[in-house]
Amino acid sequence: MLEIPVIRWGKPYESLETTEVVHFNTGELIAKVSSANGGLVSRDMRKAGEARKILKQFSIEDLIAKVACAADLFENETLPLGSGTQTADEFVVHQSASTGLPEHMCRSNMQKNCFVMRNMTEILQCLTRGLDLDILSRGYGMESRGVVVSLQAQTPVLGAVLPSNSPGVHTLWLPVVPLQMGLVLKPGSSEPWTAYRVASAFEKAGIPKEVISLYPGGHDVGGALLTACSRSMIFGSQKTIDQYSGNPKVQVHGPGFSKIFLGDDCVDDWEKYLDVMVESVYVNGGRSCINCSGIYASRHTEEIADAISQRLGPIEALPPEHPDSGLAAFTTDGVGKAILSMVEQDLQADGVRDATASYGERLIEQARCSYIRPIVAHAANPQCEIASKEFMFPFVSVVKCPQDQMIKAAGSTLVGTAITEDMGWIDQLTDATSIDRLNIGPIPTNRLNWLQPHEGNLIDFLFRSRAYQMPEEKVAALVAG
Amino acid sequence: MSTTQIDLETAVTQAKDRLDEHTYNTVQRHFHDSTGCPFWLSKKSELNFDPLTEVKVYDDLKKFPLFEDDWLRGGPVERWRMKDHADRPTYVFETGGTTGVPKSRVVVDDFRIDYEVFSETLPDQYFPKGGNWLMLGPSGPRRLRLAVEHLAQVRGGISFCIDLDPRWVVKLIKKGWMEHLEEYKKHCIDQAVTVLTANHNIKCMFGTPKLIESLCLGLEERGTTLAETGITGIFSGGTEFTPQWTRYCVEELFGGPPEESGIYMTPTYGNTLMGLACSKPVTAEEKYKISYYAPQPRAVTEVVSFDDHNSVVGFGETGRVKLTTLTSEFFVPGFLERDEGERELPFATFPWDGVSGVRPFHEIAASTTVGVY
Repeated sequence: MLEIPVIRWGKPYESLETTEVVHFNTGELIAKVSSANGGLVSRDMRKAGEARKILKQFSIEDLIAKVACAADLFENETLPLGSGTQTADEFVVHQSASTGLPEHMCRSNMQKNCFVMRNMTEILQCLTRGLDLDILSRGYGMESRGVVVSLQAQTPVLGAVLPSNSPGVHTLWLPVVPLQMGLVLKPGSSEPWTAYRVASAFEKAGIPKEVISLYPGGHDVGGALLTACSRSMIFGSQKTIDQYSGNPKVQVHGPGFSKIFLGDDCVDDWEKYLDVMVESVYVNGGRSCINCSGIYASRHTEEIADAISQRLGPIEALPPEHPDSGLAAFTTDGVGKAILSMVEQDLQADGVRDATASYGERLIEQARCSYIRPIVAHAANPQCEIASKEFMFPFVSVVKCPQDQMIKAAGSTLVGTAITEDMGWIDQLTDATSIDRLNIGPIPTNRLNWLQPHEGNLIDFLFRSRAYQMPEEKVAALVAG
Repeated sequence: MSTTQIDLETAVTQAKDRLDEHTYNTVQRHFHDSTGCPFWLSKKSELNFDPLTEVKVYDDLKKFPLFEDDWLRGGPVERWRMKDHADRPTYVFETGGTTGVPKSRVVVDDFRIDYEVFSETLPDQYFPKGGNWLMLGPSGPRRLRLAVEHLAQVRGGISFCIDLDPRWVVKLIKKGWMEHLEEYKKHCIDQAVTVLTANHNIKCMFGTPKLIESLCLGLEERGTTLAETGITGIFSGGTEFTPQWTRYCVEELFGGPPEESGIYMTPTYGNTLMGLACSKPVTAEEKYKISYYAPQPRAVTEVVSFDDHNSVVGFGETGRVKLTTLTSEFFVPGFLERDEGERELPFATFPWDGVSGVRPFHEIAASTTVGVY
């Protein structure tokens, strides 16, 4: 059993309060994690400026190299963790055991994090659209077109209130240290693993430990973090999104409501795109915001729903270590049942049909956890409540909707895959501000190109572009120098 | 058996005898037609026993049904006034009330007596007689402001008061208006800092944990500390008063234990229905464990089984906090608090049961907003 302390600017702090992380299936105690209190965060944040000062002693290129080195350590090495150590395999087992995610998915998320750490140069190039990275470090510089440009850092650190159930989101904050900003993280109660292992790998790769703080704890810790940090991100529900919308200090990540749109020009060939649809719904246990929760088409929707059901309906709950395990467990008592009852309520509405009804019981209750097997609903129109829902398991509504109404009816969409060659409609989709990431063509919603900005560009969030005027001779010196 | 143990056992027995005698006298007073309040005199007819003849010792109070705090909601408030207090100046103090009708308690002298009893437990070294006070917490319909003011006066000082409206704070949280919440907190702290830095010889204060924390941080932002303002004694209260919070407060906000920082803080546990339960001195050696002891015999706290509210749990075991109030003007025979905790052993200063680890009762914790101010 590991004892994991709070980390305050690199220094371990053992709290008098701890929470237990247990194996969802066996009940085995895996770790006792110290709980911070909000006051610790508020107080420590007074020294946040030090983190940037320390990191500015390194060049961005140097930090990028260290982070790439950390990727290898993160992926392969035995690293210190609290009172003990953790191998890469143990990391996968621990993460699976506490989140309910199958082990192969944990490994896949691990690789995703490593990809971002290894390809930081390209990712920053993409996020900055090719800006000389020294400009971020210095605060001003000369663009390639010969104009002085200034990007002013808005914070010395990024705070993040991390989720418990989605180990895939960590890629969003990994570029922060190379941008010479510290990290202040509140790990999710069931998923302390990634934040601690990244911190450990960073330290071993030569990044000063004093630039990272980790504060596991309750809601007061999250609140204090969001108040104290000039820039922070939080992952949560629609309620969380509503609460922080319009707050320039907070970037909120919540449900994705990602969708696939089948254009009238392609929908008659829908069978060609069945694999794309199934992958988009099912991959990662349906837990990601980039999983597809709505498929919109003007015709063939009944057949599409039945065909997806035929593929997903029979899927069984398998043990987390099984290589074919595709469903994630709900590890909190009663949650699976509660979610299913919400879905069932929506399935009873007029115009809605459960296309997976003939594939057996959906709720699988086990001694310490539960699973929900995939559900595919057919909605006769976009007004059906179920058409606007997203759940934490493989779930999709196949919605019958005329093409000219789809964009408006679909509403907020994190990833939209439009299968069409209709240029007029592609223009409309391109202009639609309700769609964040847009894929044109049969690209599964979950397949993100990391060289494209994720929602809420990190650079735009952490830096402010502003006017910066200098005498011509200084500009010339800048160019020369 | 050591002399100390014998002394403690004697003290426990004496305290028990005193409680039994006090219980008898209190019940006689509350159920006698010449003194009792309309509420209990009316309630007497619903009981299947006669309190005047069948309550002789504390344990006999188990014959009463559990006290329902809903009885305290709504009027007429005079039904709680003792008959022989009819001509006395009377206060009403409220608890709750963010939504709906708050619970009311009628008081003539109790709040003064409660705080005079509490005053006896305060160390003069840190709560110097004659020192002035700062009361940083809710006033309005609550008794706290008047009570702290009386405490200051009893100890020869004058109390400065900063108001905070907890009902508005709860509304701000429920509405998600966190920026307003922060601004309101700052508004309170700004006033407190102004008073503390205005040469008023303020040595002692009451503050809620969150406000103490904000005050310390606010002072640090201005380049000073609580110790530099001259504060040496603090009393505070609330279920968010956890060992970890206390440790953080002592080690980081105050700058060390009283011997080093010069600041002594004592947690208290209580509400409008009871007096003030004091805490055993909180030390780093005991991992900042907080154990509360009610002001017996005026009030009693027991830790009872979750299933059987008339059975106390074993020492060190967990149960629900049950409160009994036995004053000459208020009678509460067995009220289940919204808290749980562990039963603690008697000790020399308080030779009766205590309760530690107080926290919201687990069955209602999720739906309760605590520690908002």
